[in-house]
Amino acid sequence: MASVPVEHGLLLAGILFSIGLMGLLVRRNILMMLLCVEIMLNAAGLAFVTAGAALRKPDGQIMMIFILTMAAAEVAVGLALVIQFFHSFKTLDVDAADKMRG
Amino acid sequence: MYDLLWLIPALPFAGFVLLATIGSRFPRSLTAAVGVGSVGAAAILAVLTAGRFVVSPPPDDFFRQTLWTWISLNGFTPEIALYLDPISLVMVLNVSIVGFLIHLYSAEFMADDESYCRFFAYMNLFLGSMLTLVLADNLLLLYLGWEGVGLCSYLLIGFWYKEPVRAKAAVKAFLVTRVGDAAMAFGLFLILANLGTLQIQELTERAVLLWPVGSKLAVAAAGLLLIGALGKSAQIPLHTWLPDAMAGPTPVSALIHAATMVTAGVYLIARMHVLFTLAPMVQYAVAVIGCATLLVAGFSALAQSDIKRVLAYSTISQIGYMFLALGVGAWSAALFHMVTHACFKALLFLACGVIILGLHHEQNMFKMGGLRRQIPFTFYTFLIGAASLAALPLVTAGFYSKDEILWASWSSTLGGPWLWLGGLIGALLTSLYTFRMVFLTFYGKAKSRIDRFPGTAMMIPLAVLALLSLGIGLIQTPGVLGNVAFFSGFLSASLPAMTEGNVSARFENILLVISGVVSVSGIYLAYLFFLKKPGLAQALTNNPLGAVLHRCSFAACGFDRAYHWLFVKSFVRIATWNRHDFTDLVYRGVAGFAQVCSIILGASQTGRVRHYAVGIVIGAVVTIAIMVLS
Amino acid sequence: MNTVFYISAAVAVVSTLMAVTRMNVVHALLYLIVSFLSVAIVFFVLGAPFIAAVEIIIYAGAIMVLFVFVVMMFNLGPQTAMQEKRWHDPKTWVGPAVLSGILLAEMVYVLAWTGGRLAGTAEVSPKMVGIELFGPYIVGVELASMLLLAGLVGAYHLGRRVKRVGSKWEEE
Repeated sequence: MASVPVEHGLLLAGILFSIGLMGLLVRRNILMMLLCVEIMLNAAGLAFVTAGAALRKPDGQIMMIFILTMAAAEVAVGLALVIQFFHSFKTLDVDAADKMRG
Repeated sequence: MYDLLWLIPALPFAGFVLLATIGSRFPRSLTAAVGVGSVGAAAILAVLTAGRFVVSPPPDDFFRQTLWTWISLNGFTPEIALYLDPISLVMVLNVSIVGFLIHLYSAEFMADDESYCRFFAYMNLFLGSMLTLVLADNLLLLYLGWEGVGLCSYLLIGFWYKEPVRAKAAVKAFLVTRVGDAAMAFGLFLILANLGTLQIQELTERAVLLWPVGSKLAVAAAGLLLIGALGKSAQIPLHTWLPDAMAGPTPVSALIHAATMVTAGVYLIARMHVLFTLAPMVQYAVAVIGCATLLVAGFSALAQSDIKRVLAYSTISQIGYMFLALGVGAWSAALFHMVTHACFKALLFLACGVIILGLHHEQNMFKMGGLRRQIPFTFYTFLIGAASLAALPLVTAGFYSKDEILWASWSSTLGGPWLWLGGLIGALLTSLYTFRMVFLTFYGKAKSRIDRFPGTAMMIPLAVLALLSLGIGLIQTPGVLGNVAFFSGFLSASLPAMTEGNVSARFENILLVISGVVSVSGIYLAYLFFLKKPGLAQALTNNPLGAVLHRCSFAACGFDRAYHWLFVKSFVRIATWNRHDFTDLVYRGVAGFAQVCSIILGASQTGRVRHYAVGIVIGAVVTIAIMVLS
Repeated sequence: MNTVFYISAAVAVVSTLMAVTRMNVVHALLYLIVSFLSVAIVFFVLGAPFIAAVEIIIYAGAIMVLFVFVVMMFNLGPQTAMQEKRWHDPKTWVGPAVLSGILLAEMVYVLAWTGGRLAGTAEVSPKMVGIELFGPYIVGVELASMLLLAGLVGAYHLGRRVKRVGSKWEEE
């Protein structure tokens, strides 16, 4: 079997998370922002699994299952909201929804 | 009899309460009955008490009636207590009898007024407060009466408050007397702090023990009380309110501003004479102020055209005489002049009221004339009052009281020839302006028609006061004219006699003759200038010096103008400068600051999700950094 | 085996980077799918075959497909790519890059102080995962199912097209 130091796995997770975060802050398209959220969720799950593998326990994987479930539900609802957003604002630019300004 | 003493102030107060609460539902006759009746009952009681006092005086010549304890603090327990001694008895008689006559008069005078009930309510309140003032056993109760009469003066001057001029006059009166009242309050604090009591007999005993003659505390206390007296009695420098106070109805001017309230200062100084003898500097100041006031006011009365203003300046001038007497130590002479003045001044005001009512509130003397043929009864009573004011020798009460004062100012060890000379010139001025008033109003060509003639309720007080103005002088006459010393003898129990310098009886008679001559020559001069050769007066005023003097007199020597420039303008400037009110700015500043912060922080609410996400990330970064690095 | 880990880690990083920076949404989606696949390989190497399979099936298979459906619905093609290019000139990347960089640096700093453990030395089989799931984590499983139900109902409700006809709302 492999013997990867756990820091490397966590580091990978961190890098993926930062990339996702950076994308979330930059992109203006709602779909891209949701995508970046998925990236961040995936990275978090990777961290959990790495830790679980280091401890040789299934708890990490179980956390990943829950994260996955939650991500699935969130994407479903989120995309439905995106559709409504598009119908209201006729664009996918998230900056169009600034009515809570001031 | 003495046990009913408390009823004397209580009856007018009861009248006030009745009229103030349910009086508006009374018919006119009932209102008048309550208003006049309460004062009448008090007057009757006063006369009965006085009779008892004269015939069989109480032990030690005083009677104290304690009603209840007012305040009870550490060692300071002023009571509601009444003190009857010769001084207060004289004052009570003066106030209640003259008050009753004026109330009777105003029952008819104010008959057309719509606020009839309010008038009598205020008048009763005034009389109750004044009686409390003169019967008070301690200075705190006296101050209560003092403030009460000040309040009623304001309410009654501004009785017809809908006219702005009258309302302003009321405010002016209140404010100027307030200066005096504040000083008096400080005086009371000083006395209480140093002598431990405000009960008059106790404090005079302690003051004699603790304060040597001329000590700073005595001077301070007496000086502060003096300023209070100056305000209430309208002496220089706090006299500017009285001429304007003529905006009130004529009975008010008669009662408050001639006979009773303005004598409160005289009463205060007489009552506290021990304190004033402990501060000779202040006592001398009393005399000097009195002398100066009587001259300035007499001079100012010469050029007035409003008949009530002449009488107002005359009042200021005559009270100046009383202060002069107090200042030279002739206490009973001052009170004597006060009594005679109350009679003839009230008479003059009431007769003046008949004229004013008859001419539909016309008060300008130059529009009157020849009225003696139209209202003869009023003319004769007015003439008697004027003669008494001018101190016509031998027949009028004013002659005896004024001569007493002139004699005291010369002969007292505290007086001197200059004070006497001032008083003499003042007497000349008095008869001059008084008979100017008489000749302009009653003689000459008739310029207006009297429409309304007085009824019995107005004529009876005139008659009674006229008799008093003639006869009441006989209770105290100088040596050569009968040597009656009833009045001073009566008061000797509570007021010491004046200390006389070495003046012979012959010299006294010479002075008597001089003052008689002066008074008559004043009358003759008035006859000359205003009746026989009116052109002379005109020529005098056309002369440049004469014109200046005339203007000066008309403006009452510029006191009003000076106060306006000194106090009113600077106060208004400060108030305008502070019109945004710097303390308000603090509160508005706080609100403004919050608003500015809101606007600034509100700029961060762009409504854009990405910006909020950046905020979250920055927060996370900082928090984790803190956690990691510590 | 370790080299496999490092290679797939590199692929994951590069493809995620590409996914985030592409202006064409469909390209980004495809890159992301590659990223998920490489992460699945990483899971395999770490001895978590069950979760690797689940990752591929659900994440790359279901969720990404949802995204593809929505992208197709909105017809996000080359025109939107032009629009995206206008929105994202290089200046806009600086700030977020800095922030993410600081976060990453903090994480590296924390990781530098830990040490020792090795991952992937033993395989955690699906059987073990199942036993744990239906044992101690049973409540979590039930909650997850309720969550999915809620998500289902919510997505259905929110996805309705509603048109106003007169004063009544009508479902299409």
